[in-house]
Amino acid sequence: MSSMTLLDWAILVGKCVITTLIMLQIAPIMAWVERRGSALMQNRLGPNRIGPFGLLQSLCDGVKFIFKEDPVPGHVNAFYYVLAPLVSLVPAFMTFAVIPWAAPLELGDRTITFQVANLNVGLLYIFAIASLGVYGIIMAGWASNNKYSLLGSLRSSCQMISYELSMGLSVVGILMVFSSVNLTDIALAQGQTLLQLGPVAIPKWGFFVQPLGFLIFCTAAFAETNRLPFDLPEGESEIVAGYHLEYGSMKFAVFMMAEYVNMFTASGLMATLYFGGFQLLPGMSQLHEAIGGGAGIMAALQAASFFAKVAFFMWFFVWVRWTLPRFRYDQLMDLGWKVMLPLSLLNIFLTGALMYAKVI
Amino acid sequence: MSEPRSNRAGLFEEVAVIQGKPSDQVSIHRDPDDLWDDARVIVNIGPTHPAMHGALRMVAKLNGETIEKSYCEFGYTHRAKEKLGENRTYHNFIVYTDRLNYCSALINNVTYAMAVEKLMGIEVPTRCTWIRMVCCELARVIDHLICVGINAVDLGAFSFFLYGFHQREEAYTLIEKLCGARLTTSYTRIGGLMHDAPEGWEKEVKDWVKRTRKVIDEMDSLLTGNRIWHQRTKGVGVFNREQCLQYSWSGPNARAAGIDRDLRRDQPVMFYKDVEFDVPVAQNGDVFDRYSVRLEEIRQSLNIIAQCCDKVKPGPVWAEDKRIRIPDKEVVHNTMEGLIHHFKFFMTGFDVPAGEAYTTFEAANGELGFYIVSKGGPRAHRMRIRGPSVWHFQGLTPMCQGSKVADMVAALGSINIIAGELDR
Repeated sequence: MSSMTLLDWAILVGKCVITTLIMLQIAPIMAWVERRGSALMQNRLGPNRIGPFGLLQSLCDGVKFIFKEDPVPGHVNAFYYVLAPLVSLVPAFMTFAVIPWAAPLELGDRTITFQVANLNVGLLYIFAIASLGVYGIIMAGWASNNKYSLLGSLRSSCQMISYELSMGLSVVGILMVFSSVNLTDIALAQGQTLLQLGPVAIPKWGFFVQPLGFLIFCTAAFAETNRLPFDLPEGESEIVAGYHLEYGSMKFAVFMMAEYVNMFTASGLMATLYFGGFQLLPGMSQLHEAIGGGAGIMAALQAASFFAKVAFFMWFFVWVRWTLPRFRYDQLMDLGWKVMLPLSLLNIFLTGALMYAKVI
Repeated sequence: MSEPRSNRAGLFEEVAVIQGKPSDQVSIHRDPDDLWDDARVIVNIGPTHPAMHGALRMVAKLNGETIEKSYCEFGYTHRAKEKLGENRTYHNFIVYTDRLNYCSALINNVTYAMAVEKLMGIEVPTRCTWIRMVCCELARVIDHLICVGINAVDLGAFSFFLYGFHQREEAYTLIEKLCGARLTTSYTRIGGLMHDAPEGWEKEVKDWVKRTRKVIDEMDSLLTGNRIWHQRTKGVGVFNREQCLQYSWSGPNARAAGIDRDLRRDQPVMFYKDVEFDVPVAQNGDVFDRYSVRLEEIRQSLNIIAQCCDKVKPGPVWAEDKRIRIPDKEVVHNTMEGLIHHFKFFMTGFDVPAGEAYTTFEAANGELGFYIVSKGGPRAHRMRIRGPSVWHFQGLTPMCQGSKVADMVAALGSINIIAGELDR
């Protein structure tokens, strides 16, 4: 680190700021997408009064959240009660640091990576930090001193631990295939061609080599982010609002932000691990050739591809939420331990066998 | 008990409520084999809980998330309707019937009007009866749409509910065209209707039927085959045939458990014997069967509405009986006799001959009955209402014994408890 120049520091801080700004926009944008998207699916209009297509609705919501009275109920443990939203938000922000949005760019003698930190243990870092998020939920449930909140946080802790297991095991297949835990390396490795079917080249995206792994990872991601059909920690009809029952105004908004940022990270991971990450979408490389762009344009196109993929998965989260009913708690556990876990082990075995047979 | 009592005061008070003793005499039952007895939690589910449809309350003792013991409480919306029926004239009481099962107010209106008409021996004209039948079936469709929709919302499927909600709003618009009100209709009068249906109304209803059929198919394909929905509803909240008979269940909830009984078919009133419809019956008596029975009943009701709309012919809607005929506004405003008649009708009411009558009708939730005892005069001597929700709600406790909290929510949604009808 001693060799870092002032410019290096400036780049690093710049990346931090940009990443944080992107993350901060996720909650308002997704709140809008969720409302308009659900309205689209339900024959409604959704918010359409403020700004074009109701886009400024989220701004008003933010103002409302900030200016609302923010009482701390008398029966709560005030210290942990206030701490809990932060504990769930901060890890959500931290996880995205290692996900690359574009391939490393060579500028002169300098290599610029498009992520805050290009860790060699990237994937492990994500799992390590993401697990911390559950502490916020447990703290909230416990400190609220409310039976429904407690039930919600108990559900949440069980759910997160169970699904983290299958989530972690499902990516082992990816690690075997690409032999790296560095997310940039994984994304770069997905640029190779898996199959050439006439003019159509099927890239070596994680999805094509690990379809079962993707299915498990995707399901576990829904559980990890507490989204329907796995939104049991909130389960508004059963345990009212679960762990954030006693929270109001900005503290509640922080929980909501944490949920959306977690969704963003999960989408980013799904894109990076299984859909080529910043690898260009079909047709984009031709576009790049056509306009004869340089490395900078390439990086922009890569970032566009990455965020397009992330946006698709974010939409997928919304889509599923407004379509499926919710699981019951014990069914969720059954699914996690009796279906997902054996399947992820099978996936590892299959991957090993296929690699031994030199198929992938 | 080694723990100091003061730390557990809250628990003792709650148990005192359950056991009905003063809190210092309460002993918490401890099973010597069960080391985890202290792990039980008593939660109040309701009266203000998002899953409680109306102000209902369930106090449940939870082991983890399993309900070990519970009891249900109701009466939070008690308005002494039956007593009011003894203090209001027969005409005045019509508005109170709206507030029984407010999801299907028209059925209550019609059933009440039929009870008084039976007591007075009045025959209403054909057109009036057909319009009443359309009203009843419209109300049934609305009620069932709400029931299956809210049940799905409770289980997390929100879009399903809103598909039905759209059709429900359109149905309310049709009802608004009849009487100006959407929810609390007060549409029937003793021996007639508030207004005749506007011109072309039948056609609009038939168009709505066509659209609603499509929506019902859409809803069906969205949820019925869903595996999560199956897991959440099959074998959940089971109330079998014997239990249904014991608890005097009726309507779709009983039919879901294999009791093939529908008063529209078995004791036909109005012109139900002249229309063709099937009575769906299921066997298991679980949440899924109640859901499917209701969904199929919506289809059958739509068929009935279409048939009624074909058969309704122009004609009078009032029975020509001087006692109950409300004078036309034309007459009231222009003649002295008309004005006096109008004044006497609304201030004193009309006399009903002594006697008693019980009228039942297959309401959306089950058997709805009005029992009226008259000793002459403009007010009922005794008025009793059989609201099906009362009987259904009693079954909730045995139904939820040993099930998860989430299953309780599913079971409660599926039996469609309407607090207005339950508490009266």
